[in-house]
Amino acid sequence: MDFFLEVLIGGLLAGVMYSMVAIGFVLIYKASGVFNFAQGSMVLFAALTFVSLLERGFPFWGAFAATLAAMLALAFAIERGVLRHLVNRPPITLFMATLGVSFIIEGLAQLLWGAQVHGLDLGIRDEPLEVSGILLSRFDLFAAGIAALLVLGLSLLFSRTRIGLSLRSVADDHLAALAVGIRLQRIWGVVWAVAGFVGLVAGLLWGARLGVQFSLSLVVLKALPVLIIGGFSSIGGAIVGGLIVGAGEKLAEVYVGPIIGDGLENWFPYVLALLFLLVRPAGLFGERAIERV
Amino acid sequence: MLSLTGSGQFSTRYAQDRRIFRLWQARAGLAVLLAVAYVVVPLWASDYWFSAILIPFLVLSLAGLGLNLLTGYAGQLSLGSAAFMAIGAFAAYNFQLRVEGLPFLVSFVLGGLVAAVAGVVSGLPSLRIKGFYLIVSTLAAQFIVEWTLTKFGWFSNFNPSGVITAPPLVMLGTDLSSPAGRYLLTLSVVTALFALAGRIVRSDLGRNWMAVRDMDTAAAVIGIPVVRTKLLAFAISSFFCGVAGSLWAFAYLGTVEPHGFDLNRSFQVLFIIIIGGMGSILGNFLGAAFVVLLPLLLSNLGGSLLAGVIAPGDTENLQKILFGVLIIVFLIREPEGLASLWRGLWARARVWPLRD
Repeated sequence: MDFFLEVLIGGLLAGVMYSMVAIGFVLIYKASGVFNFAQGSMVLFAALTFVSLLERGFPFWGAFAATLAAMLALAFAIERGVLRHLVNRPPITLFMATLGVSFIIEGLAQLLWGAQVHGLDLGIRDEPLEVSGILLSRFDLFAAGIAALLVLGLSLLFSRTRIGLSLRSVADDHLAALAVGIRLQRIWGVVWAVAGFVGLVAGLLWGARLGVQFSLSLVVLKALPVLIIGGFSSIGGAIVGGLIVGAGEKLAEVYVGPIIGDGLENWFPYVLALLFLLVRPAGLFGERAIERV
Repeated sequence: MLSLTGSGQFSTRYAQDRRIFRLWQARAGLAVLLAVAYVVVPLWASDYWFSAILIPFLVLSLAGLGLNLLTGYAGQLSLGSAAFMAIGAFAAYNFQLRVEGLPFLVSFVLGGLVAAVAGVVSGLPSLRIKGFYLIVSTLAAQFIVEWTLTKFGWFSNFNPSGVITAPPLVMLGTDLSSPAGRYLLTLSVVTALFALAGRIVRSDLGRNWMAVRDMDTAAAVIGIPVVRTKLLAFAISSFFCGVAGSLWAFAYLGTVEPHGFDLNRSFQVLFIIIIGGMGSILGNFLGAAFVVLLPLLLSNLGGSLLAGVIAPGDTENLQKILFGVLIIVFLIREPEGLASLWRGLWARARVWPLRD
């Protein structure tokens, strides 16, 4: 029983890490209806920039600020260079454009900073913490705490600020928002910038865990099922989805893996997501689309 | 003076109206093109051209066609084309291995059919799930197939690294394993399947696909059997991808491992149809030519012209950036791809010397 709990909690905490990437998706999807495949490469870009600056002698917060500035610049460049020209195009076109963006960012990040693996130390001792007989990873707890702060901050931003109000109105209806004088393009820029910030935080945590390297951009493939389970348009859904995927994946690895063979964590989340979708086609917390002809 | 106006050429029966090439000029052009492909190219091309350019170009066109039928015509987004290519290749390999004396073309077809069945299975969720949520289903196929083929040795005849090798490409006593032979084999299969696809999209099935793509609720309302239409799209698309996979493994590479059909291959096929043009048959050739030629061109340029300027390791990254930029430029400037450039040229040529 203790072992089961340990696996479960370990999985839940790992799931929070997936949620961090998924939140970036949700923000952009909510505000602009774009399914942003480039979120993973934004995570890579942020982590790589941060580590490279650190290695060039920047202090921690200096590097953080510089990377944040780079992410903001990137976000506004994407808005200006890509999204602005694709207004009113079908969502599938926008999705493919973000595929292109992810290629550019990945190429750029490696061109600028090289392709070698960097270690990243956030100064958290990764020794297990024992809570009533269950071993917990200190790092995962820290990551979960950061994620909680992030969600709190984002929900405050959305519900208590003027920008948040505009964001919500844009998410609700682009045209109506434009009609009441909200500057759509600036809002999009802001959303991409916030997603860039989320990407930076996720990049630091993931980078500290896996090392900063190209495969970091593949976390996008882990975040996808999370997103699907939670629904594209709910931040809370991203968290819940992350918990479900994390726990399901770990439990499957431990209990199903020995039966049908290991390495199933690559596809198990997708099957899990499919099962959820068959019951709820728009995810757990997604908005159900009303079809009109 | 060759006129392309088509004046005096009337369709008096529906069958004539449904033809792929309605003008005799277009049919003559096609005949010339085929003659060049079958006679002139084999006489002129070197082994390098066959193995590095022509064969991958043809195979990728076919894979692009498979995805285009599903995404461009039936509107179902898929990121799993490489999975169906893998299924086709590995199934064909196993048919060859386990059935004595089976002609390899038959095993290609059987491989395609197995891929079609897998396609229908992964298309089942599309009946309930729409749009982006559907990506999950095709991505699941992508990862499960890759995992299964690597994990279970049976599929690769217990080869330790999961590599499968081409069967002897002998047909009617003729050995086709020379580069020119493999080219002619690929060309014939691809030509036949493109002709088939051209017919399908002009049939009522093709019209149903487009109706479902444009709005499946509306299509259902006017009485189009959406379930059957969608599943047939998955089946036929996967069949094409499966045959393309067999050709990729046996006519192009000779040996292939499951990781040769990873997610990047799926993306490559997706780029072919974006650049070539969604909902176009010709576009697949244009897109595939682009995807095959651009990297060659870049690495040659990088090797000679820019030798001192760019470090060799950076060409790959530059190539990535360039690809990304091109995709975005295409989506912004020419959302219907290279095929629409061709359409424009054709329309102007038809009224030349007048202007429209």
